[in-house]
Amino acid sequence: MTTTTQAAQETAVSAWQGFSGRGWREQIDARDFIQANYTPYTGDGSFLSGPTERTLGVWGKVSALFPEERSRGVYDIDTAVPSTITSHRPGWIDRERELIVGLQTDFPLRRAIMPNGGWRMVETSLRAYHYQPEPLVSQIFTQYRKTHNDGVFDAYTPEMRAARKAGIVTGLPDAYGRGRIIGDYRRVALYGTTRLIAAKHADRARLDARPSTSEVIRDREELAEQIRALGELEQMAASYGCDVTRPAATAHEAVQWLYLGYLAAIKEQNGAAMSLGRTSTFLDVYLQRDLAEGRIDENRAQELIDDFVIKLRIVRFLRTPEYDALFSGDPTWVTESIGGVGLDGRPLVTRTSFRFLQTLYNLGPAPEPNLTVLWSPQLPEGFKRFCAQVSIDTSAIQYESDDLMRPVTGDDTAIACCVSAMTVGKQMQFFGARVNLAKALLYAINGGRDEISGEQVAPATEPLTGEYLDYQELSAAYGRTLEWLAGLYVNTLNVIHCMHDKYAYERLEMALHDYPVHRWMACGIAGLSVAADSLSAVKYARVKVIRDTTGLAVDYQVEGEYPAYGNDDDRADDIAVDLVRSFMAELRRHPTYRGAMHTQSVLTITSNVVYGRHTGNTPDGRRAGAPFAPGANPMNGRDHHGLAASALSVAKIPYDQARDGISLTSTVTPEGLGHDPTERAGNLVGVLDAYTQAGGFHMNVNVLDRATLQDAMEHPENYPDLTIRVSGYAVNFVRLTREQQLDVISRTFHGAL
Amino acid sequence: MNTATATATGRVHSWDLSTGVDGPGTRFVLFLSGCPLRCQYCQNPDTWHMRDGTRTTVDAVMDRIEHCAEFLRASGGGVTLSGGEPLLQHAFTAQVFHRCRELGLHTALDTSGFLGAAADDGLLADTNLVLLDIKSFHPGTYRKLTGQALAPTLEFAARLDRLGTPVWIRYVLVPGWTDREADVEALASFVATLGNVERVDVLPFHKLGAAKYDALGIPFPLRDSPTPDAELIARVRGQFRAHSLRAY
Repeated sequence: MTTTTQAAQETAVSAWQGFSGRGWREQIDARDFIQANYTPYTGDGSFLSGPTERTLGVWGKVSALFPEERSRGVYDIDTAVPSTITSHRPGWIDRERELIVGLQTDFPLRRAIMPNGGWRMVETSLRAYHYQPEPLVSQIFTQYRKTHNDGVFDAYTPEMRAARKAGIVTGLPDAYGRGRIIGDYRRVALYGTTRLIAAKHADRARLDARPSTSEVIRDREELAEQIRALGELEQMAASYGCDVTRPAATAHEAVQWLYLGYLAAIKEQNGAAMSLGRTSTFLDVYLQRDLAEGRIDENRAQELIDDFVIKLRIVRFLRTPEYDALFSGDPTWVTESIGGVGLDGRPLVTRTSFRFLQTLYNLGPAPEPNLTVLWSPQLPEGFKRFCAQVSIDTSAIQYESDDLMRPVTGDDTAIACCVSAMTVGKQMQFFGARVNLAKALLYAINGGRDEISGEQVAPATEPLTGEYLDYQELSAAYGRTLEWLAGLYVNTLNVIHCMHDKYAYERLEMALHDYPVHRWMACGIAGLSVAADSLSAVKYARVKVIRDTTGLAVDYQVEGEYPAYGNDDDRADDIAVDLVRSFMAELRRHPTYRGAMHTQSVLTITSNVVYGRHTGNTPDGRRAGAPFAPGANPMNGRDHHGLAASALSVAKIPYDQARDGISLTSTVTPEGLGHDPTERAGNLVGVLDAYTQAGGFHMNVNVLDRATLQDAMEHPENYPDLTIRVSGYAVNFVRLTREQQLDVISRTFHGAL
Repeated sequence: MNTATATATGRVHSWDLSTGVDGPGTRFVLFLSGCPLRCQYCQNPDTWHMRDGTRTTVDAVMDRIEHCAEFLRASGGGVTLSGGEPLLQHAFTAQVFHRCRELGLHTALDTSGFLGAAADDGLLADTNLVLLDIKSFHPGTYRKLTGQALAPTLEFAARLDRLGTPVWIRYVLVPGWTDREADVEALASFVATLGNVERVDVLPFHKLGAAKYDALGIPFPLRDSPTPDAELIARVRGQFRAHSLRAY
């Protein structure tokens, strides 16, 4: 060991030539390395390069496969070899021309099976795409090797099964990989695996003296697995001709090593969200060094990032069509967090922050990687404007408040999935999907019976029997339902994560975390706006109950007007805030697996449609089956005072009660932001600054152009909340007559009358 | 006109937070009820009559504004009073603007200028920007289009120039009504003589308010009028630009 470490340190000395700082040399600490070495960039995007012919060639070659993939659902599946870090021979897009190498299998877009999460999921997916499972593989994972899914169902209680089936607790990662764990892939580039393995051995040695309790035994075993996984990473990298045992010596190697670390993770796990972390400013240190030493020029720097992003765009997992109904569009959430401000006040924006965003121009807009800007009004103006411009041109980036996260998770925070903040390499989360708050309200009314099946799902309580709903009575009953739900929910998650650790442990990702790691228990809620509006309707209007012959409340008549969440009206917004607070308080009362710290998100991604489909009529007037609003959004069509008013309502949801994130999706037309591109970018910057300052956490910004409006005419179902602002009032685009839509499309609006 | 002067209440149609269309940044836009003009192309016939508005105190309006004041400031926006015709309720407008200025908020007055004489110097001192809608520069067309005289608007424009109040000119382009080259030319020449005009917004006529007419059961006079094509819009903008005006 000692000689290897010495040798490793010698190579490190040359690989680290020119770098400053001490702390990161002594301990594994990528943040310290960044802080000691990065060069903040406060200029604009004028230095950026377009795509080279090589980049377009490689991208063209792989994108030519997309149409076939889209038409069949998958391009190809390797049914024979369950994926591990070393399972597949190396594969290439274009061996001669690609700069950053490594594929999940031996051919681009060929998906692998990863049965550790659950065999049934694999089998269903294969059959859905007309592939046959290999008998031997099937036998292994049904007879000899227990999966996460099997473990969970061994330990679920009947109540957990019933709640899951009824869809009040939903989207649980009990049949697939949980994801939302970000390995600190930068460590592979900065230290090389030899050093990382040595550090893990040291962690493990410190456990030797401790009594062998079940916790300590588990930790020892996990550390052993982590070390083994790092060894497999070395092998896999070697198959591509890369020696990742030593630190990366050039920018090219840094990008390559970092990607190989990530690749090992996605070969081992098909987690729901396999996020990348916060890599741009780290990589910038290497790019900057090579640029300064004349080894590369800007074109080459951009090429390296473009090629890296091509790889991130073709990350694929095998999913079932049901999964796709929940999260449509084959998402992988390769989230990269860009920007933010350091604890010392220096912006963490570098030229490579720009280079990542530039890929949306060089390769064209795409949903992956999920480029996420950590926003603060303190960011340099040039960067803010560039982000806004990219949003306007591509609608492809999301924003999260760096000002809210920095005090909690520090200045090396990255987002997993959509809105889940964690300190890279130091924190992970147990992903917990979400519970359906709207359905819970109906359970409160119906004494715990499901409004669709009529089955008793929650413990039987006295149903509300009045002709009209009484606010006090309903609140009290709802409180009791949420109390029950929170307990059931946390306990269900405990089962899931215990089994996931046991049967589908993320060896490689956890190898790129510190030991011990901080864990979040990431609960979540869906249907917030439906629940809040329902309560508001009962409080401020009158809601008459319609019951079926069995006494089950199945419909509601709202008499009068009520203030709806999303109009910056405290009467309704306070109800939403209270719901979030009180549910969080209930969650905290229940102990978590491995002492994880409770948190929750207000996020649905696209699953709001499915949750709505499985929820009956609600007292806010929403019809059975109608979609919920996504995340923390106000219900479609109920926010009457524009994007900013709606954003102000959402900004009231307190981040300290929803630290796993609060999601708002906004859609504007370019004209809704101003007259010309400069003005629009400036106005969008203003909206983002103001929203952040108001305490807003997250905003998806859609800026839709004419082509999108045309598409919305043909496929209105995809654009339920597309609002266009015209002359001082807003209209829902899809509700306009065809003639009016054509009128809008035929011209550009330039202001108010 | 004097119902609103004695008490600090106004007749309010609605409010909105909008970005990029009613002045700089994100703005709280208060739509007041009541208008002395009856423009052929009006898109807000529901704001014609003061009596249809909701009686609202200045305090209530300011409560609402204070709710989002920080947002307005941070976005580089402010408050816009629109309508209807905000100068029909000039005392109310003056009080709201005064209170906004006390909060450090940028104020914009969206007006036809027909009642410009009703705006006293105090109100204008509290006005950071006037969105001045000149419907036509041809007195006959103006009367046919609005039912009123053009002169008060031009007098108001001249007064704003003397006071140095920044102005954005708005010009709704309606084929057959306001697209005559000579009329546009005359307007552009006039606007070019003003030293306080920051920009000219040429607004293509549209018919999205037609449904409101149906709902109110009144005829929409320009229902069958064409909307301007790109070429016409470009020509008119070009005419303003030829006078060194910043035109959109």
